[in-house]
Amino acid sequence: MPSRKRAPSRSAPAAEPVGDPTVGGPTVRPIVGTAMEIDGPHDPQQVIAGLRATSEGEDLVQLLTPEGQRVSHPRFDLEISAAQIQSLYRDMVLVRRADREANVLQRQGQLGLWAPLLGQEAAQIGAGRAMSPQDMAFPSYREHGVAWCRGVDPTELFGIFRGIDQGSWDPVRTGFQLYSIVVGSQGLHATGYAMGQRLDGKIGNGETSEATICFFGDGASSQGDVHEAFVWAAVYDAPVVFFCQNNQWAISASLDRQTRVPLYRRARGYGFPGIRVDGNDVLAVYAVTRWALRECRSGNGPVLIEACTYRMDAHTTSDDPTRYRLADELEEWKLKDPLERVRVHLVREGLAEPEFFNGVADAADELARRLRDYCTSMPVPGPERIFSKIYAEPSPSLQAARADYLAYHASFAEGDH
Amino acid sequence: MAGSAGFQTITLAKGLNQGIRAAMEADPKVIVMGEDVGKLGGVFRITDGLQKDFGEQRVLDTPLGESGIIGTAVGLALRGYRPVCEIQFDGFVFPAFDQIVTQLARFHYRSQGKLRMPVVVRVPYGGGIGAVEHHSESPESYFAHTPGLKVVSCANAVDAYWMIQQAIACDDPVIFFEPKRRYWEKAALDLTATPPPLFSSRLVRSGTAATVVAYGPMVRTVLDAAAVAEQDGQQLEVIDLRTLSPLDLAPVFVSVRRTGRLICVSEAPGEASLIGDLAARVSQECFYSLEAPVLRVTGFDTPYPPAKCEEDYLPDLDRILDAVDRVLRY
Repeated sequence: MPSRKRAPSRSAPAAEPVGDPTVGGPTVRPIVGTAMEIDGPHDPQQVIAGLRATSEGEDLVQLLTPEGQRVSHPRFDLEISAAQIQSLYRDMVLVRRADREANVLQRQGQLGLWAPLLGQEAAQIGAGRAMSPQDMAFPSYREHGVAWCRGVDPTELFGIFRGIDQGSWDPVRTGFQLYSIVVGSQGLHATGYAMGQRLDGKIGNGETSEATICFFGDGASSQGDVHEAFVWAAVYDAPVVFFCQNNQWAISASLDRQTRVPLYRRARGYGFPGIRVDGNDVLAVYAVTRWALRECRSGNGPVLIEACTYRMDAHTTSDDPTRYRLADELEEWKLKDPLERVRVHLVREGLAEPEFFNGVADAADELARRLRDYCTSMPVPGPERIFSKIYAEPSPSLQAARADYLAYHASFAEGDH
Repeated sequence: MAGSAGFQTITLAKGLNQGIRAAMEADPKVIVMGEDVGKLGGVFRITDGLQKDFGEQRVLDTPLGESGIIGTAVGLALRGYRPVCEIQFDGFVFPAFDQIVTQLARFHYRSQGKLRMPVVVRVPYGGGIGAVEHHSESPESYFAHTPGLKVVSCANAVDAYWMIQQAIACDDPVIFFEPKRRYWEKAALDLTATPPPLFSSRLVRSGTAATVVAYGPMVRTVLDAAAVAEQDGQQLEVIDLRTLSPLDLAPVFVSVRRTGRLICVSEAPGEASLIGDLAARVSQECFYSLEAPVLRVTGFDTPYPPAKCEEDYLPDLDRILDAVDRVLRY
C-alpha cells in the first residue's frame, strides 16, 4: 500500500470555524502587525477549513440542492421551463456517456490517452449552454462538455487523444478554440481576443454584443499567465468571463497547494467581481454564467466565476488517484452528483415522464456506438503529415526536407533497401 | 546621395519607425503593443509619435509583463489583428519564451492552417552599448531552433525600413531582431526602390579570398574588417544573412564554392548556435570546394560579462582579421 504524504483536506482533523476564512477562530494565534490582520488567518488548519468550505457555505450560489430541491437565490434566480431542464439533463447524460466510452476506448488501446470530465458535467454544460452563438470559448483540455454545447462532436476530440491530429474543428465556426495543453496559457489568449472584441466595438448590448469565456482549473490559477490575464483583462476592461472549474485536484495536488483563500476572492484584488457557484448544480452554473456573459457584453467585464466541483475520475487515464486521495472523498462527492439531482428534481416535481428518461438512455447508447465505430476506423495520417502547414508561407528548406523524406520512403517500395 | 529625388538619409531607428508607420497606414489591423511604446515612444524611441498619430486603440502601453504582451497578442491575432510587439530588451524576452515557443509558434500547425499568427515580436538585441546585465544578450539561436517561427535580423537603416514592413505583412510569426548598437547609424533610403524578399540573404561585398557570413550588428564590423583586409590585398566576400530562420544558404554555397574559405561571425555564444549549424551545412554542401576548415568568430561560451569587459567578449575587427589570416594559411 502506498503511503499518503498528508491527509486529504476533506478528511483533515476538524478545525473551527468551518466557513469564511477571513473570520478569526479560536485556533488563531493573534499576531499583531502582520498581513494576517488584513487577510485573515494563516494557521494551516484554518486555511484548510476555509478551503473545504468552498463546496458549501453561504457564499455559494445554488439553485438546486444535491437532493434535487429547487431553492431561490436573491441575485441569480432563474425562470426555466421543464423542457429546458430536460434539455440540460439530456446534454449532461450524453457527455457523461461519451466520456465513459472514451475512457473505455483508452483502456482498450483505441485512444492513447483520455482526460475524463466525470463529475464536471454541470459546470461545463451550464456554462456552455449559457453562451450565445457570437461568444468565443477558450478551453483547457478537459472541456468536452463545453465542446458539445458548441457543436464540436466528440469524434473531433478523439483525433487529439488517438494521435491523429492536434484539434481538427473550426474554432471560428464553432466559437470554441482548440484545446490548450500548457496549463493557464489560454487565459492570455482569451484576454487578447476579448480586447479585440472591445477594439472592434462589439460590446455595449447585453444580448447582441460579444463576450469571451476562458476555462481553466484550480491548478492553473497558480500559473503566472493567469495572473497576467487577470491584470490585462482588468486594465483593458476586457469582456472576458474567467470560468474556473475548481475540481479540487491538480493531478495529485489538493487545493491547499494552490491557495490560501477561496479562488473567487482573488478577483477582488484585481478589481473585478468574483462569484462562487455550486459547480455541480447545472441551473446555478447556467444562471451565473449567463449573468456574467451579459455583464461582459454590456461592457462591465471581466468577471471571475469559481465553479466548485469535483474530478470524480483520474486526472487522465495515466493517473492513479488511489495514491493521493481517499475513496471516502469520492463517495462523499457522489452524493453531490450533478446528474442525479436533476433527475430527482424532474421526477419528484413531475416534470418528465419515464419515456423521456428512456429516450435519453437510448440516445446515449446510440452515441456510444457511433463514437466507438468512428474511433476504430479513423485513418492514420501518412508521413507527409509531419511537414503539413507549419507556416502560412512555406519554408523552402522544409519543402526540401519533405521531398527528401518522401523519396526515402518511396525507395523502400522501389526495393532500394 | 542624400537630398536627391526619392532619397532620404535616416538612422536605423528611424527606418524602423517609418516602416512601422507605413505598415499602420496600409492596414488598420496593425497594432503596436509593449512596455512604454506609447507616450514615451519606446525606450529606444522606435515607436516615437505613433500613439499621438494613431491613438491609444492602436498603440497600446501594456502592463509590465512580457508573457502578457505575447499571450494577448496571440488572442488579438485570433481576432484578426496584426500585433507588432516590442520586447524592451533581449534579456527580457524569456518571460515570454513560453508563449512564443509553445503557443505562437504552433497555432498554424496544430490547427492545420485554420488559424494564423501574423505577429511580429521586435527584440532589440546584442551588446556594445555599455549596459547593465540582461541588456546585451543575443538569444536568436533559441528562436531559430523553434519550428513555426520565422526569425530575421536587419543590419542597416534601409533593411530596417523594408524588413519591418515585410515582417508585419507576413502571415507567420516573425521574431525581428534589431541590432541596438546600430540604431543610430545612418544610410540613404530610396523610398522608390523595390526591396529584396524578406527571407533572403544578400551579398554585400564581393571578393575572392574568403567568404565571411554575418548578420545584425556584426555586418558593420565585418565590412570594416573587409576594408582593412583590402589594404592588405585581401578581397573578402561578405554575406549578410538577414534571415536566420529559414536560412537562405544558396548565396553562401555559391560564394564558398568560389572562394573555398568560410568564416562565420556572430555575437552569440558559439556553442550549439545558429552559425554552428550553418557551418555544418556548408561542410555538407561545399565539401569538395573547401580549402580550409570553416572558422567561427563568436562571443565566448560565458554569460554576457560586465560592460567594461564587453570589448573582449564581442568579436571585433582584429578577431575577424585574425580568423582571415588563419583560413588563408591553408
